[in-house]
Amino acid sequence: MITQIEKQWYDESAENEAGHALSPSLRPAGGKPIVRFRSVRKSFGELPVLKGIDLDIYPGEKIALIGPSGSGKTTLGRMLMTLEEPTAGTILIDGEPLWAMEKNGKPVRANEKHLQKMRGKVGMVFQHFHLFPHMSVLKNVTLAPRSVLKLSKEEAEELAVAMLRKVGLEDKLHVYPSQLSGGQKQRVAIARALVMQPKIMVFDEVTSALDPELVGEVLSVIKEIAKEGQMAMLLITHEMEFAREVADRVIFGAEGLIVEEGKPEQIFTNPRSERLQAFLQRFL
Amino acid sequence: MNAPWLDWLPMLLDGTLITIQVALLSAVVSIVLSALAGLGSLSRYAVVRLISRAYVELFRACSLLVLLFWVYFALPFLQIELSKLMAGVLAIGLNIGAYGAEIVRSSVSAVSGGQREAGIALNLSGTQRMLRVILPQAAVRMVPPFGNLMIELLKSTSLVYFITLSDLTYEAMVLRNNYYVWTPYIFGLLLLIYFLISSCISLVSRLLERRLAVWR
Repeated sequence: MITQIEKQWYDESAENEAGHALSPSLRPAGGKPIVRFRSVRKSFGELPVLKGIDLDIYPGEKIALIGPSGSGKTTLGRMLMTLEEPTAGTILIDGEPLWAMEKNGKPVRANEKHLQKMRGKVGMVFQHFHLFPHMSVLKNVTLAPRSVLKLSKEEAEELAVAMLRKVGLEDKLHVYPSQLSGGQKQRVAIARALVMQPKIMVFDEVTSALDPELVGEVLSVIKEIAKEGQMAMLLITHEMEFAREVADRVIFGAEGLIVEEGKPEQIFTNPRSERLQAFLQRFL
Repeated sequence: MNAPWLDWLPMLLDGTLITIQVALLSAVVSIVLSALAGLGSLSRYAVVRLISRAYVELFRACSLLVLLFWVYFALPFLQIELSKLMAGVLAIGLNIGAYGAEIVRSSVSAVSGGQREAGIALNLSGTQRMLRVILPQAAVRMVPPFGNLMIELLKSTSLVYFITLSDLTYEAMVLRNNYYVWTPYIFGLLLLIYFLISSCISLVSRLLERRLAVWR
């Protein structure tokens, strides 16, 4: 099924600036958005979870998505990773619709092949890690480079070891996930996603399932990666300090809509909407 | 008075070989059918799901002995003549495969959805996700119930006696006719041989489980 918005997108030119969600003051200089959400809606049965999201993400931009539970933050990230299909609206990656493709000059629903092409640009780290329990740490990280990117064993392992060194786990190569702590598991999951070199990475509440004393090690790894810069990040998080420190832009969502967005200083020190003020009260 | 064990052994050995032959061949048939129908039950294509479910429901419900009679005595009326061995293998394979399909289906669906999602996030194809991520984890769950099922299969091979295939049970019945007073010994020996073969199946199953579950 193709939505109205997607038809419209095909009628217009790809370079159309109409519907730009972001005010010019917040737009990073130069470059086109790597990801655009345009009027994206999502309902689960009768229950609307996202009620019209417009969001542009620029190359290398770090965006923190905050908001109360049930506000649809995770759903937004899952749609970008193609784990959920929007009910309406369009998601564009590099100017190309994620959930639609062209066939004989007509827009049709994306097939598996199109989705696979698009997925190469997106990565995701999950709240509950989802490491492959039957593979060693090294195998977890080399599986996708070998099967998807078709790298040789040596190339894949070299890359994997470099990533595992980055997350501080180069001494755990041949250990199974069941022998790791939660924080170590999550760091392996980060290395596993990084090794595919996505243009944008979704971090979905990656510290929410961790013991409090393990949160720090995971956040500092993410900060390190953020400093390197090239990869855009969508950080869905409840860690306000972290959001403030890492993000270029903070987005506050509630009840399926974006309520307020801005630079971290503005969002955290001078929130405009009452909804955000009430939300931040709880973190003081 | 000593039992004439040595007179029995050649016949029992012949019977044992036939039983093992029937068991191995029908194990292959049933495992192939289990995999096809089990994975077919989870297919995204409704037709494949329907065929798989119909097979499971139909052949799980039908008495193995009746199925065996059907394959051996009724199929010739449809111009399909099978040897005793093939008839036995087909009937047992079809029946046990229907149970096995449920094991495959439930083990695969028991692997957490997060594993599938992690595979998608890494851009693995559907086939790669199944072969590299889902099946290796499902296999560990499948081994113990499949071990049970294979022992069940071994025991059900004795039903081929009724289509006069000269398996272990058949030979024991012949011996019983010739050495009537030794009946308890003959059947005792019969039980023992079945027990020994099924012990081998248990052993293989246990070794396989240990090998597949090193990561747990």
